[in-house]
Amino acid sequence: MSDLMENSFDIEVQPSHLYLAYTSTILRAPSKPLLLLKKSLTEKTGPLFEDFNLGILDNDLTKNAIKNGEPIGERIVVHGKVVNEKGQPMPHTLIEIWQANAAGRYVHKVDQHDAPLDPNFLGTGRCMTDSEGNYRFYTIKPGAYPWGNHHNAWRPNHIHFSLFGNEISSRLITQMYFPGDPLLEYDPIYQAVKAKGRELLISKFDLNLTEPDFALGYRFDIVLRGHNATPFENR
Amino acid sequence: MPLHLKIDKTMNTTKTQTPSQTVGPYFGYGLTSEQYLYDFKSLITNKITILDSNSDYITIKGKIFDGENNPISDAMIELWQNDGHNRFFGRFGTGTDAENHFVFQTIKPKSVENQAPFVTLIVFMRGQLIHSYTRVYFSDEEVLNAQDTVLNAIPAERRNTIIAQKKAGCYEFNIYMQGENETVFFAV
Ligand SMILES: [Fe+2]
Repeated sequence: MSDLMENSFDIEVQPSHLYLAYTSTILRAPSKPLLLLKKSLTEKTGPLFEDFNLGILDNDLTKNAIKNGEPIGERIVVHGKVVNEKGQPMPHTLIEIWQANAAGRYVHKVDQHDAPLDPNFLGTGRCMTDSEGNYRFYTIKPGAYPWGNHHNAWRPNHIHFSLFGNEISSRLITQMYFPGDPLLEYDPIYQAVKAKGRELLISKFDLNLTEPDFALGYRFDIVLRGHNATPFENR
Repeated sequence: MPLHLKIDKTMNTTKTQTPSQTVGPYFGYGLTSEQYLYDFKSLITNKITILDSNSDYITIKGKIFDGENNPISDAMIELWQNDGHNRFFGRFGTGTDAENHFVFQTIKPKSVENQAPFVTLIVFMRGQLIHSYTRVYFSDEEVLNAQDTVLNAIPAERRNTIIAQKKAGCYEFNIYMQGENETVFFAV
């Protein structure tokens, strides 16, 4: 069981399943205790993505959906490093991102927020980490948007992230926020994270990553669950 | 195929895990773009692409229910299986089927070390701050199921929540987030 425990979600950091202020959790959070599982071959492995051919513009959301011009909004470039809990880099792992446009509107058909769509912005992309676990993508800074959780509820600016690592237990879906956002204080999704973890979800503005006359630079480093940096032989 | 779990027990962890956040309601155009008919190539689909003539193709199909027994229309399910022979990673959202089914076509996994065959499902949705892991076992594997150490560690009255029932042409596997029939979820 010790291997299992070392790789579990850290309850001092991670949100709990049920968080009453985020009302959708009330009917959707598991109510019974999770069963501890001794990892089998299946849990000790995960999908590898080295055979995937990413499109040349997959990591540039400012260009990957252009129809008749450039998307509207503030161009940003996001850099980061993906490591495990020992700080070892996680190379060649897939990162998928999706987000609202600069006006706070998602392309998704279910989003009915009365803000304009941008014909030149889809708001999704992906990249792989390099051999040292580093990644980079270009996008437009997403806008805040209202949601129905409570009266006058607004989501802070955020980019959704999906990551894998090399076991299914290192799977992570998270959201990257921006420094100084006044909405963070009122957002139950962000506040559901334990105090020790909250800062880790806020990207840092970095002048050194900022590209002159082009895009503001932000850094967002990510720590995946687990200790094992060596991909298992699973092909 | 030897597997070596290289965990150095003497080293303490140095980094704090990045916290999990919900997938939210709007993942469709990014994570399951072709299924949701958006103009962005999907890397991950719900059908296995390995062609092996000796293999037994199966379909796993089901719905996800919330605490009031309503089907959930904005969940994303991922499937991962690895029996040492066939590996498959699939993904499907419950928002495109009129009845909010998810469906996977894969190859039936084989038994590893005399344990019952299974696939892993990972469940993501608005209202889940952390994703949930479960396993799909198969109703027509009675002998292996009866001696499986994981199934036997589950209280008998809950064991059936993770055994897919063989129906005409598919295995049906419904997921209940809460309530009397709450699906067994695992800490992985
Ligand atoms: Fe969002």
